[in-house]
Amino acid sequence: MTSPRIRIFGGRLIDPSNDIDGQFDLYIADGQIAAIGEAPDGFAADRQLDATGMCVTPGLVDLCARLREPGQEHKASIDSECRAAASSGITTLCCPPDTDPVIDTPAVVELIRHRSRQVGAARVVALGALTPGLQGLHLSEMAALQHAGCVGVSNARNALGSTLIERRAFEYAATFGLTVFLHADDAALSADGCLHEGRVSTRLGLPGIPEAAETVAVARDLALIEQTGVRAHFCRLTTRRAVRMVARAQFDGVPVTADVAIPYLYFTDVDASQFGPDYHFIPPLRTAEDREGLLQSLKSGTLGALCSDHQPHEPDAKLAPFPATEPGASGLDSLLPLTLKLVEDGYLSLPDAIARLTCGPARILNIPCGELAVGCVADVCIFDLHANWRLNQQTISSRGKNTPFMGWEMRGRVHYTLRDGHIIFSGDSA
Amino acid sequence: MSGANLQIRADGRLRHFLSIEGLDRRIFTEILDTADSFTGVAEQSVKKVPLLRGKTIVNLFFEASTRTRTTFELAAKRLSADVLNINIDASSAVKGETLLDTLRNLQAMHVDMFVVRHFDSGTAHFIAAHALPHVSVINAGDGRHAHPTQAVLDMLTIRRNKGTDFGRLTVAIVGDIAHSRVARSQIHALNLLNTGEVRVVAPRTLLPADVESLGVKVFHELRQGLRNADVVMMLRLQRERMQGAMLPSEHEYFRLYGLTDEKLSMAKADVTVMHPGPINRGVEMDSQVADGPPSVILEQVAHGIAARMAVMSMAMQQNIQQQTND
Repeated sequence: MTSPRIRIFGGRLIDPSNDIDGQFDLYIADGQIAAIGEAPDGFAADRQLDATGMCVTPGLVDLCARLREPGQEHKASIDSECRAAASSGITTLCCPPDTDPVIDTPAVVELIRHRSRQVGAARVVALGALTPGLQGLHLSEMAALQHAGCVGVSNARNALGSTLIERRAFEYAATFGLTVFLHADDAALSADGCLHEGRVSTRLGLPGIPEAAETVAVARDLALIEQTGVRAHFCRLTTRRAVRMVARAQFDGVPVTADVAIPYLYFTDVDASQFGPDYHFIPPLRTAEDREGLLQSLKSGTLGALCSDHQPHEPDAKLAPFPATEPGASGLDSLLPLTLKLVEDGYLSLPDAIARLTCGPARILNIPCGELAVGCVADVCIFDLHANWRLNQQTISSRGKNTPFMGWEMRGRVHYTLRDGHIIFSGDSA
Repeated sequence: MSGANLQIRADGRLRHFLSIEGLDRRIFTEILDTADSFTGVAEQSVKKVPLLRGKTIVNLFFEASTRTRTTFELAAKRLSADVLNINIDASSAVKGETLLDTLRNLQAMHVDMFVVRHFDSGTAHFIAAHALPHVSVINAGDGRHAHPTQAVLDMLTIRRNKGTDFGRLTVAIVGDIAHSRVARSQIHALNLLNTGEVRVVAPRTLLPADVESLGVKVFHELRQGLRNADVVMMLRLQRERMQGAMLPSEHEYFRLYGLTDEKLSMAKADVTVMHPGPINRGVEMDSQVADGPPSVILEQVAHGIAARMAVMSMAMQQNIQQQTND
């Protein structure tokens, strides 16, 4: 299928990576950005997209989305979630390796790539397992996983057997220039916890996860990152103190990045005071001070990306007493609107907000997308910044309806999503 | 305010009994008054009142219990209700149907009340949130969260021994606060009744994070914690906590936190000693203390039945009235 020549006109073009924010037309041909502003010589558009009054940005890159395929198709599928992503302006999804089977062989990588290509909506990139079966005992065949297309390696939320395994895994990953994606958690300290350890866990009698479960892990990981020189990324930091440690390491020139997920910027442990299962997250929602610290670090850039940490569930997964429910929320549909709300609430400028959803995560993943320079892949998101809609059972497009934002008014509606120069989503009203 | 909206009806009456937290003083005092009035029932030759005749109560226990289950059963029988005991051990619950399915199946058999004990905090709230409109839920202990009927019987015991003015009382709770639903409910109840001073006494490993936020004063030394106390409430120490991470040994625990006559002499002369049972003699307290004059431990057991009769009948009040009007 050859890609059409498309002219997107009348919109406000925002490309933080190239410091562009203004009224420019965008020309697309051969799946790439052909020109910005003036049409290239002899450009005859097959299709014109009217973006008057809208924002035109790079397609969004979501650093962490669980697609539930393979292994948990009763929750969601690559098909359902890649389409949901496309309708939410997301053109690239990064899938962690904790599928079933685990992404520890090229065959699983190929399966995911094949299925996502078939769907033809958002692109899926995968992280390979750092250890076979995520068991934390041996090194996985990282070179083979990289060859199969994995953009990094991770042990997901599973603990590594020892600090020695961690060191060897970092060294081996560094050999191939692979980025290690870390979930900072000291398994012994978090144990069977299900809520931030503090006032609320004490009141509710829920086993707590102390702040130190994260900070101890970050301290240990940072020491090994420095020692091995591996490029590393901290996934979903939740505490102010851990982020401060990462900021200091970045200042010292350690090759480390970090991200935060949307729910941690809106909620705290207090929101779980009624045992509401939609507030069950691992890592847990932290305190108001942590939330404030995360927002500041997102602004300063210590946290270079903002992700959905999408975890779709079937309804039964949340129909149990709090500790017995499965953690996590469905987040693809609300990623852009809730990021835009941070702009509205004065925490971020619009270009910074877009950067955290585009070039920020693209750089972390080290993949060539997330910007709109000439010659770049034509992944584009066109949205109306001022259109309001309500997130409810009807409007949510992910198969997972589990979200604490259910019923919230959302700001910003996606009208078109383009990936590799193809329109993969077009809204009704457009 | 966990459970505040769930357990109270629009007219301010009790709908479920899930936690002390979220109750106001008026309704809690009404519960205590009602319990007080039921203490007489046991002394009658016919130990029954017909309040819940024709009602079916299911004791749904997902955790082993003898004392609590038995007193709930006796309470229900003394109210003339039909009682069904269902014990589901954790392993079969995991293998089999979900909690919600168990609940739906039982509701289909037209039960009127669930008395629930479960190892997960929040279970009683969860069941109450999914119960049919005419079904009431009584929390018989959920995880480490709450054991509100224990708090009722404890407050009743204090009231009958010390009078209704809690403002002049100093109460010390001693032992494993961190893992104790009993302690949490006691603390809420004591504060609801405006107790003069509520103390907790334990080593740091047995105190939950930010325990002061519950409205208590923290002591690590038992003698200091007992000084001038009117009431001492001992907690049960689970054996598995004694060996290993939480405490070095039974021996050291008893030496530091075990209640002896000598340590108790720090408290007021007319001190009252309580324990929710079962007691580990020689660990939490000396036999001499457990069986001595200040101890009201067996009185607590008797009050347990009255307390449970009170909350059961109050939560079913609306149903009872409807029946009378029909």
